[in-house]
Amino acid sequence: MSCFDALAGYGLRSIGTGERLLPKGDITLCEQFALIGSGLVWNVYFAVIAVVLGFFFATALAVAKVNGAAWLRVPSNIFIFTFRGSPLFIQFFFAYELFSHLPRVGIEIPLGFTTITAHTSWLTKAWLGATIVLFLNTGAYTAEIFAGALRAVPKGDIEAADAFGMSGMTKFRRIIWPTMLRLAWPSYSNEAIFLFHATTLVFFSGFPAWQQKGDALYYANYFAEKTFNPFVAYPIVAFYFVMVVLLIVMLFGMVGRKLNRHLAIDQHDVGRVRRNKVFSFLTR
Amino acid sequence: MCSDPSSLEGLNWLWCYLTTAKHMKFYLSFGTVILLLVSTVPFIVMFGFLGALARRAPFAPLRWFGLAYTSMVRGVPDIAFFLFVPIALDQFVELVRHKVKCPDVLEPIYQGNDFVVCTAAKMPLSASPQWLHQAWGLTLAITAFAIVFGAFAANIIHGALMAVPKNQLETAKAYGLTDSQTFWRIHMPQMWVYALPGLSNLWQILVKASPLLFLLGIEEIVYWARELGGTKPSVFTYPHGDWRMWYFLALLVFYLILTWGSQKAFEWLENRLAKGTSTVQGRAA
Repeated sequence: MSCFDALAGYGLRSIGTGERLLPKGDITLCEQFALIGSGLVWNVYFAVIAVVLGFFFATALAVAKVNGAAWLRVPSNIFIFTFRGSPLFIQFFFAYELFSHLPRVGIEIPLGFTTITAHTSWLTKAWLGATIVLFLNTGAYTAEIFAGALRAVPKGDIEAADAFGMSGMTKFRRIIWPTMLRLAWPSYSNEAIFLFHATTLVFFSGFPAWQQKGDALYYANYFAEKTFNPFVAYPIVAFYFVMVVLLIVMLFGMVGRKLNRHLAIDQHDVGRVRRNKVFSFLTR
Repeated sequence: MCSDPSSLEGLNWLWCYLTTAKHMKFYLSFGTVILLLVSTVPFIVMFGFLGALARRAPFAPLRWFGLAYTSMVRGVPDIAFFLFVPIALDQFVELVRHKVKCPDVLEPIYQGNDFVVCTAAKMPLSASPQWLHQAWGLTLAITAFAIVFGAFAANIIHGALMAVPKNQLETAKAYGLTDSQTFWRIHMPQMWVYALPGLSNLWQILVKASPLLFLLGIEEIVYWARELGGTKPSVFTYPHGDWRMWYFLALLVFYLILTWGSQKAFEWLENRLAKGTSTVQGRAA
C-alpha cells in the first residue's frame, strides 16, 4: 500500500469515509500519520463548537456572577463551582449515563423550509453529548476568567461612559465588554488551548467510538496496542497537537493585538501579561 | 440482619446493600486516591525544581532541555503522556533488564507487532506475587503523573524565582553573601509566596486528573463505580438496574468536596506565608 493509498483510505476514516477496517498486520508509518490525522478532525470539531458557543455563554455567566441580582448570581456561582470543581472525566461519565436514561423520543424542529426530527438518543453520541459537556465545561472556566476581568475594568472608564450619557447595553457593548476581553485575553487563550487538549478525553470516558470513528488519541492508542510500540504513534499525536496549538496561539495573538491596537506600545504592559501567564496558564 | 437480603425492604435493604464487602472496597479506594495524590506531590515538587533549575542553568543544552520539558505540557495533552509514559517506561526497563540478564539472546526485541524480551527480563517476573504487579503498575502511574505535573510545577517555580524582586538579591550580594547563600537564604524562602497561587492551582488540577488513573488500569473509584453501578440481574444477591449514574454523581460530589476543602486550606496557607514579605498581602497582615 503506497503512502497515497494510505492517505486516501484513512485520511477521512474518522468521519466514516474510506476503508472500513482499520490497518492490521504490517502497519506503515503513512497509515499511522493518515489515520491519526483524520482523528484530529474530531478534536478540532469539539474544540471549535465548544469554544465559540461557550464564549457567549461565559459572557452571560460572568455578567450574572459579577453584576447580576441574587436570583441570577447564585445559580451561576453554583454552575461555575460545579463544573470547575469536578473532573471533566467524571462529568463525561455522568453525562453519558444521564443522557442514556432519557426517554427515547424524537422532537420535531421546524426550520421553515424543512423539518428535522431531533432524537434524544443523539445525546448519547459523542458528536452531540460530548460537545454539550465540553461547552458547559469551557463556559464555566471562561466565565471565571471573564468575571475576574470584569472586576478589573477600571472605574474611570465606566465613570467616563456614564458622563457621556451611555447607559445599559451601550455602555456594556462599547466600554465594559471590550476592556473585559482585553484583560482576559491571555488567560482566555490558555483556556482555549487546554480545552483543545481536553477533547482527547471524550473517547476514553464513556462515549463509545461508534464504528471505530474516534479522535487522534483514540487511533494512537489503537496503534500502540496493535504494534506494542508506543514510540511512533504517540509522537505523531504530539506533533499534530503542537501544530494546532501553535495555530491557536497565532490566531489568539492576532485577535489580542487587535484588541490592544488603540493602546500606546508601553501600555501593552508586557510585564503584566507575562506575570499573568505564569500563574494562570493552568486551567483544567 | 443482612444475612437474607431477599427478605429486606426499603432502607434496610439499602443499608445492607451499601455495606457489602465490595462496597467497603469502593469506600477504601477513595482513601487510595487521596493517598496516591499525596504521595505524588514530593516527586512533582522534585521534578519541578529540577526543571526550573535546568531552565536557569548556565550550560546551554541543559537550558534547552529545561525549556523543552516545561513547554511540552502546553503543546501536548496530558492524557497522551499518561498513556505513553507507563508503556514507554515499562518497555525501557524490560529492555535494560533484557540486555543485562540475557546477553546471549540475539533476536531483535521488536518482532513485527510484538515486543519480546526473555522470561528473566519480564518486569515484574510472571511468577511474582499479585501485589508486586499492582505495585509496579502504581509506580508507573505515579511516574507518569510526576513527569507531567513536574513540568507544570517547573513552570510555576521558574516564574516564582523570576518574580522575587531583584533588589532583594542585589542587597544580599551587597552584604557579601555568596551565590549559593543568596539562593538558599534569600531567593528560595521568598519564592514560595509567588509560587503558592500556582502550586495550589496545580494541586486542584492534580486532584481533577486523578480519575485518569482508571485509564492506567488501577482499581480506583471510577473502576468501582462502573463495577458496582452496572445492571445486576436477579442472580445477584442485591439485584438492581443500571445505577452507574448515581455512582458517578457520588464521585462528582466527592471531588467537589475535595477541591472546595483544598481551596480553603490553600487560602489559609497563602495568608500565613505572606506575613512579613514585601507583598500587598504581607503588608496588610
